[in-house]
Amino acid sequence: MTVHHHLDDASIMRYASGDFDEAFAIVVASHLAMCEECRAAVRTAEAMGGAVLEAVEAMPLAKDAFDRLSRMLDVEPEVPPMRHELDAGNVPLPLSRLIGGDLAQVPWRTIVPGMQRHRIDIASTTSSLYMLKIAPGRKMPEHGHGGTEMTLILEGSYSDIFGQFAAGDIADLDEHVEHQPVVDSDIDCICLVATEHPTRFKGMISRILQPLIGI
Amino acid sequence: MLSVLRTDMPIENPDPTADQDYLKALMMEVAASRDKASFEILFDRFGPRIKGMMEKSGASSDLAEDLVQDVMLTVWRKAALYRPEKGAVSTWIYTVARNARIDRLRRLPAQPYIDVETVMVASEDESPEAEAIGSQHGDMVRSALEKLPLEQRQVVELAFVEYKPHSEIARDLDLPIGTVKSRLRLAYRKLREELEDLG
Repeated sequence: MTVHHHLDDASIMRYASGDFDEAFAIVVASHLAMCEECRAAVRTAEAMGGAVLEAVEAMPLAKDAFDRLSRMLDVEPEVPPMRHELDAGNVPLPLSRLIGGDLAQVPWRTIVPGMQRHRIDIASTTSSLYMLKIAPGRKMPEHGHGGTEMTLILEGSYSDIFGQFAAGDIADLDEHVEHQPVVDSDIDCICLVATEHPTRFKGMISRILQPLIGI
Repeated sequence: MLSVLRTDMPIENPDPTADQDYLKALMMEVAASRDKASFEILFDRFGPRIKGMMEKSGASSDLAEDLVQDVMLTVWRKAALYRPEKGAVSTWIYTVARNARIDRLRRLPAQPYIDVETVMVASEDESPEAEAIGSQHGDMVRSALEKLPLEQRQVVELAFVEYKPHSEIARDLDLPIGTVKSRLRLAYRKLREELEDLG
């Protein structure tokens, strides 16, 4: 897979330090499963974590710390560590866990004609995570962002002022960006979206629609 | 072979490159032979540092001890997933510690992070450049880190050691969040350049 739109370097650092909440961690992890370049970038940032761990002030452990641990070493874990395939079917692993398989099984709900959504329930209170399925030629309402937003394309493609986004590409946008994606593939465009706060749509109609479609 | 290594070498070898190789050899011994003596050396080396990192992240001393147990048990159990050609032992242990910290200190699921690690292990198609950067010795990364301007190092330490959310770093330093982001970006790019020069 050739990926053209990658994670922002600041997001690489946030991921490496563990700062993303669940919604964003899932979108980033799903992109990483699809993008070799960003995986290498994360590894570089994690090396920074390794270096700070080596340099951090050591704190003495309880005297019996190793004895306590050594009692556990012969206990077999319930789930043996294993390697996984890059993706399960057409969905990256971190997402396929949440939707129980592949894209064909997603229980879509129609929001407006040509636009379907599936909200993914997560514990996060500050962000939401959902999937969108948008028909060819459809425009997303023009919108600015109330906060950070990340969109990972899983199938199909769309275009906006930043170029064309196809499967594997991620739009890693901050709060100041306004854009209006148009689906330009001849199949539906399916994406995974994390938003920090409800996205603010411009324009009266969109503003009325927003509480209804909830994005 | 490693029993010879152990008696010949101090816990921390003064030569950084030899020290990194020594840690890798210990990890391989743990993975291949489930060798508890090698594991104990790793425990003595990293346990107190993991505790230090957890306390700086806001954990109480008791919780930090528990986290050391969690992290080192995972290191033991997942030792076979460590790939020496992809990075330093300290980097790998850091990622295990980071995931435990997400789980216990922020009470968020670390599963997405764990999924990516297994993906990294499963895919063998990394580019040679990526491997060259990934396998840089920890001490090279550390010296690259030390060369960063103070303001960039500060945000790196707050994010990686103290586990501050970016919004909180911005508040603490009285900076716009955009400035925090750009300092992290600059720190990352600088590190990457340094490592590419070395590699």
